[in-house]
Amino acid sequence: MNARNELPVSDQIAQSTNPIGQSTPRTGARKLLQGRGMYLDDIRVPRLAHVVFFRSPHAHARIKHLDLTAARQQPGVIAAVDGRAIAEFCTPWVGVLTHLKGLKSAPQHAVAIDRVCWQGEAVAAIVAQTRRQAEDALDHVVVEWEVLPAVTDMRDSLSNRQVIHPELGDNICFSREMVTEGFEEAFAKADVVVEKTYDFSRHTGVTNEPRGLLADYNPADHTLVVYHGTQAPHMMQDIFSRHLNIPESNVRVVCKDVGGSFGIKVHVYADEMATAALSVMLRRPVKFLADRLESFLTDIHAREHTVTVRMACNRTGEIVGFDLRDLTGIGPYSVYPRTSGIEGNQVVNLTGGPYKHKHYRARLDVVFTNKNVTCQYRAVGHPIAVAITEGIVDEGARAIGMDAAEFRRRNLIADDAYPYTFPSGIKFEKLSHHQCLDQLLKLMDYDGLRRDQAACRQRGVYRGIGLAAMIEVTNPSPAFYGVGGARISAQDGATVRLDPGGMVHVLVSVTEQGQGTEAVFAQVAASAVGVGVDRVRVITGDTAVTPYGGGTWASRGAGIGGEAVLQAGKALRSNILDVAAAILQVDKSTLDVRNNGVVDRLTGQERLPLNEIGRVGYFRPDTLPMNFQSELTVTRHFTPREYGFTFTNGIQASYVEVDVETGFVKLLKHWCVEDCGTVINPMLVDEQIRGGVVQGIGGALFEECLYSDDGQLLNGSMADYLVPMAAEMPDIVVGHVQTPTKTSELGAKGAGEAGTAGAPGAIMNAINDAIGVLGASVALQPFTPQRVLQALGKV
Amino acid sequence: MSEFTVKTTFTLNGVKVEQDIAARQHLVDFLRDCHDLTGSHLGCEHGVCGACQVMVDGQVVRGCLTLAVQMQGRSVDTIEGLSERGDLARLQQAFLQHNAFQCGFCSSGMLITALDIVRHHPQASREEIRDLISGNYCRCTGYQAIVDAIESVLLEQRVMPPQGATS
Repeated sequence: MNARNELPVSDQIAQSTNPIGQSTPRTGARKLLQGRGMYLDDIRVPRLAHVVFFRSPHAHARIKHLDLTAARQQPGVIAAVDGRAIAEFCTPWVGVLTHLKGLKSAPQHAVAIDRVCWQGEAVAAIVAQTRRQAEDALDHVVVEWEVLPAVTDMRDSLSNRQVIHPELGDNICFSREMVTEGFEEAFAKADVVVEKTYDFSRHTGVTNEPRGLLADYNPADHTLVVYHGTQAPHMMQDIFSRHLNIPESNVRVVCKDVGGSFGIKVHVYADEMATAALSVMLRRPVKFLADRLESFLTDIHAREHTVTVRMACNRTGEIVGFDLRDLTGIGPYSVYPRTSGIEGNQVVNLTGGPYKHKHYRARLDVVFTNKNVTCQYRAVGHPIAVAITEGIVDEGARAIGMDAAEFRRRNLIADDAYPYTFPSGIKFEKLSHHQCLDQLLKLMDYDGLRRDQAACRQRGVYRGIGLAAMIEVTNPSPAFYGVGGARISAQDGATVRLDPGGMVHVLVSVTEQGQGTEAVFAQVAASAVGVGVDRVRVITGDTAVTPYGGGTWASRGAGIGGEAVLQAGKALRSNILDVAAAILQVDKSTLDVRNNGVVDRLTGQERLPLNEIGRVGYFRPDTLPMNFQSELTVTRHFTPREYGFTFTNGIQASYVEVDVETGFVKLLKHWCVEDCGTVINPMLVDEQIRGGVVQGIGGALFEECLYSDDGQLLNGSMADYLVPMAAEMPDIVVGHVQTPTKTSELGAKGAGEAGTAGAPGAIMNAINDAIGVLGASVALQPFTPQRVLQALGKV
Repeated sequence: MSEFTVKTTFTLNGVKVEQDIAARQHLVDFLRDCHDLTGSHLGCEHGVCGACQVMVDGQVVRGCLTLAVQMQGRSVDTIEGLSERGDLARLQQAFLQHNAFQCGFCSSGMLITALDIVRHHPQASREEIRDLISGNYCRCTGYQAIVDAIESVLLEQRVMPPQGATS
């Protein structure tokens, strides 16, 4: 039994106010502050074995000979197996989507067979009684390699000088071209065309808890339970089922507490599939947990792009159009099942997104390389699209001598112009660019900052202001993955149950990764049913327990899962009133649920507490009319369908100081005004935005997966790969405009990625605003001191 | 081949422990594997992220850079012990009220650093708090809520010092 002080406390909830929109501290999260969470490595099961992987030291090589004999003889070793042995239990996969026309990739095995295509690819698996024993045995793996030439440069790959997968014919994973009618003429007639090339280095998620899973196969019933740090339990259930040949209904994926995901934990990883296969092979539970070096080598990377962008505008300050050429290198395989074509595709879809120009041309090439794979990581493509758009918009403003804020004001899509179809074909339901811009300029005191900037310059201090307007894809419809043949659910479900004691139990298919998903669902359920947040319990992350759904990605949890909870909660409220009306023998319409009880709708006077509804409904239904059946459990689902995506919008600003002697960039302050529709919990949304901004700052200033020319990762530790720590981060001011989407009753659009989407562009523009006066500008992220000094011509 | 072990005697969360410990075992692995104290987390295993922090004789220590056998004669307090004893109560409440955590993986270490700030840097400014927590990696928040939470406890403490304040 819980000690009294462990029971949840209703923190500052005024029962009379709607729980939606309150900055309620997260319910059910105290355990995380007491070291009582249950992360993957905290799970204890009997007969657990531990797997480690022998990984390729080469970026591209043939396995001439692999000898595991000595490894097998090491203390505690249960099995040492190669790719062929694993393939007996796990079929290979190909990461393609049919609606990304022409996208191709090669079959990928759980453990490499004959050939490795990136440094870090698993070559053999060693299973032992303890992790230490397995790691010790790694030293006894003997491999003879034939090292093959590695293709590590994107342009080199594009030339097809050396083809990584000969059976594919070339190195082109995916290409896309689009052009609007009259594009050439419009560009030819424009007063000014500015052009610039931007480069984005690879970076990665660096989740504090590394990737991992514990697969527990039970041969008695041919069942597989996988404890998995994942964002998409049902997607993984389907994948384990199909590739391990176990009926879907016999596979259960359980996601307990997860130490951060950010898109890293929504993909299929070869070593994770191998772990599940080993559990089946060895008929016992097997755990894999990546160490930090493995995380850097094998967690998906993101954002290796070179983009040349042109923008045409008139001297009066009207943007005519954008022209884009994007090249991105994704590693040797398109990642399964979401593919590695999406990031580049998003850049094509979203570039120029906030503006009302009519002309657009884009060309995208996605090429294979012998580096770690890249795939969808927080804000997928947005940081690139926003940075190139906002960078070239600033170039345009400079070229015609117009203030950056004013130039944006003239070109942002008007707030009353919706619904609006953008030249790339995407549709916006309702955005609020101008309201956001106005609020931002006021919050930051734009004119005051300009004065400060000018005064500082007099003293030889170089400060700059950067603006970055943005749009963000959220709540994707089935058009994102489902239509392309991926078994990834676009809908989510919620089951809401009144317990006998009067508490409300909520089961949702969206997962909790720490964002506070469960807390906001509790608020939505409380609002819908008519109880306090403290009366709600939420369970997520178990395919055997929750309704079926897509999980957590693309900022979809609150918007899709939240709506399912809202509708289920409303239905439960109605059903509670049916029971109350039957007990009280009054008309249902005279009753309501408020403040944890059934009340008279007009007077608000309590008629029945909810535990009485539960008592009668569950234990004394004999006292209810003969033809009446209470339904105190309700399930509802929600699928966004009217638009391909719900879009959010916003604008960020950064104020920086560049030390022109050292190249260091100091972040003085950062602002973000965004419109995520209905804000369910302002406190949670604000810090979610800030966390996203900081992740964007990491990409802009620090984070970079450095590879040598022959494909060796040079900085596979947190001592060498820099992440944002508190001291370098500025205070971040967050403001909101709320334009609820009308495609759902809840109106939430999603807030998970906006911060990351806009921050790099704002910082780049701020740096260039600071050093532009010296004739310098930066365009290669991250903007390290060395690169700033290079831009200044000092090194 | 059996592991080389060393008999080690120390205090763990207030309780005396006497155990043969593998000489190569790190403190955090020992706590997690031998005592099921899973509140200290392994993030990087090379002393950068701070998720594995514990207190040794009242000092903040990285559990992944310390060998368990080094604890001979010392006193180790983990997130579990500090929580049970109530040492972290104010900070935990402030972290909850300010939403100073998301996934919680860094929180054990972050709270232990915060406790060190509360005890040894009671006058710390926001900027100093940012510096002092810069050995603890949080990927989820923007750090601002963490600074807010720690600052709120410092401000409260200046008005109302904790009873039986320890140095």
